[in-house]
Amino acid sequence: MKRIQNFTVESRATAGGCTLLTLAPQPGTPDLYDVRPGQFVEVRVDTPGVMLRRPISVCDVTADGRLVLMVKRLGRGSEALAALAEGAVVNLVLPLGNGFDLDACSGGRALLAGGGVGVAPLVYLSKTLARRGASVTVVIGARTAADLEGVAGLFPAGVNLAFTTDDGSLGTHGFVPDAPAFAEPCDVIYCCGPTPMMKAVARAAATRAVPCQASLENMMACGVGACLCCIEKTTQGHLCVCTDGPVFNTTQLLWT
Amino acid sequence: MDINLNVDLGAGLTIKNPVLTASGTFGYGTEFAPFVDLERLGGFIVKGTTIQPRQGNDAPRMVETPSGMINAVGLQNKGVDHFADHIYPEISGLNTRVIVNVSGATVEDYCAVADRLAPLEAIQAIEVNISCPNVKAGGMAFGTTADGCAAVTRAVRRHWPRHMMVKLSPNVTDITEIAAAAEAEGADSVSLINTLLAMNIDVERRRPSISTVTGGLSGPAVRPIAVRMVWQTARRVKIPVVGLGGIMDASDALQFIMAGATAVQVGTANFIDPAVTVKIADGIEGYLRRHGFSDIKEIRGII
Repeated sequence: MKRIQNFTVESRATAGGCTLLTLAPQPGTPDLYDVRPGQFVEVRVDTPGVMLRRPISVCDVTADGRLVLMVKRLGRGSEALAALAEGAVVNLVLPLGNGFDLDACSGGRALLAGGGVGVAPLVYLSKTLARRGASVTVVIGARTAADLEGVAGLFPAGVNLAFTTDDGSLGTHGFVPDAPAFAEPCDVIYCCGPTPMMKAVARAAATRAVPCQASLENMMACGVGACLCCIEKTTQGHLCVCTDGPVFNTTQLLWT
Repeated sequence: MDINLNVDLGAGLTIKNPVLTASGTFGYGTEFAPFVDLERLGGFIVKGTTIQPRQGNDAPRMVETPSGMINAVGLQNKGVDHFADHIYPEISGLNTRVIVNVSGATVEDYCAVADRLAPLEAIQAIEVNISCPNVKAGGMAFGTTADGCAAVTRAVRRHWPRHMMVKLSPNVTDITEIAAAAEAEGADSVSLINTLLAMNIDVERRRPSISTVTGGLSGPAVRPIAVRMVWQTARRVKIPVVGLGGIMDASDALQFIMAGATAVQVGTANFIDPAVTVKIADGIEGYLRRHGFSDIKEIRGII
């Protein structure tokens, strides 16, 4: 059930150049069992010059019921979120969006591909798929090894984790679809990252006739499908990233 | 002491409290049902509805600006038939007022939408949108001259049997002239203001921030302008004025009421706090109680 809920910042960490905030639901507020991989939250930012909430994808829901968000500093809003101190109270609207379709992984072999702050939803997705008994391979791309500091530690021990870097400083020298994992059989590819990367992953998936789901981002106001600001051009016309997405089958996307 | 928040907008449109929602910010109401008890609102105004489905403008459609946002949605909607067949059955049973915002590129478009809605008895009112800044044809073009406003109002009046609210554009020299034209042609109320035509440039990319270059500014940034225009209009026309523009809390809503508004619409604030509308209704009641008033009418237009 979508709701407005207060959380307390319990701890802070960094990974991949982003800030990780671990949020604990305030006592007496709902637990997070209904939050699915690929969904997002709208965070109220209490700082001058920022009015609208900021959409942030769910990085993880921990076994002890904490919500982990990964924040990349891009502007005034995300700067303020990344600067939240332990003990600060934040107001969220959640859970929002459709999330990844886990049933697409019926054969039990999933390939997850991401980059930048797009690794965030892949963390919870990998854990959830692994818990369901799937064989999970994750490929994370970056420009250089330094951009990937702390990223490996986000993923559970059971997944096959591989990296690609543009400069060859870590893992495969090249782009995400150049990883050897893309030559292995899989039932579905899930991706989240910069648009050029997701387009390349979608092309690789199409070549192999493997279904591919991409999690998109967009400027949002409401997050609940009312304002129609965050549209994406699709084969079904303009769809809202917030409610029809953020996860789309890549065959739906016109990528313009 | 009982506080009377009930207001009468005329032509049969009475609302249980003066809080409505602004078109385009509250979807079809159902999007906000998880957050607010819709039946505690005076009513809600569903998004701009046109005779044919519209895809709206390209992305990007929105940019945040100081104390506001500029949007250029461009009346994306699935058309009045979709509304009548699929949305209306879901919301017609609610114990609150449901108002449909009606838009068009031509006078005939507006009339055709009114005709299609007229048999839907649970739609107690329409809001005729002659002020959308984000469409190429129609929309604001009708709302920026008294003649254009009169033409649409006169025509739709013949097709719509119940309460007709006309939504005015602030992008004019004298909004009271436009309001008077609407009143003269049979509008039952006027709502103001729609968004202010605005523009923002992304200097890093050296491009306009939104695809249409210009768009409509909403949020607290426009509120003082809206309060002024409501005050001027309420002194000019006898029909009820519905005030909107950057209302974030009860105090903001009370400004509009004191300036002469019979009711208010809450728009952009729904994006920041999806439960804000009910808080505003409660806040108005609390204010009246605190100051010893028993009826909202006691403070209407006191400025």
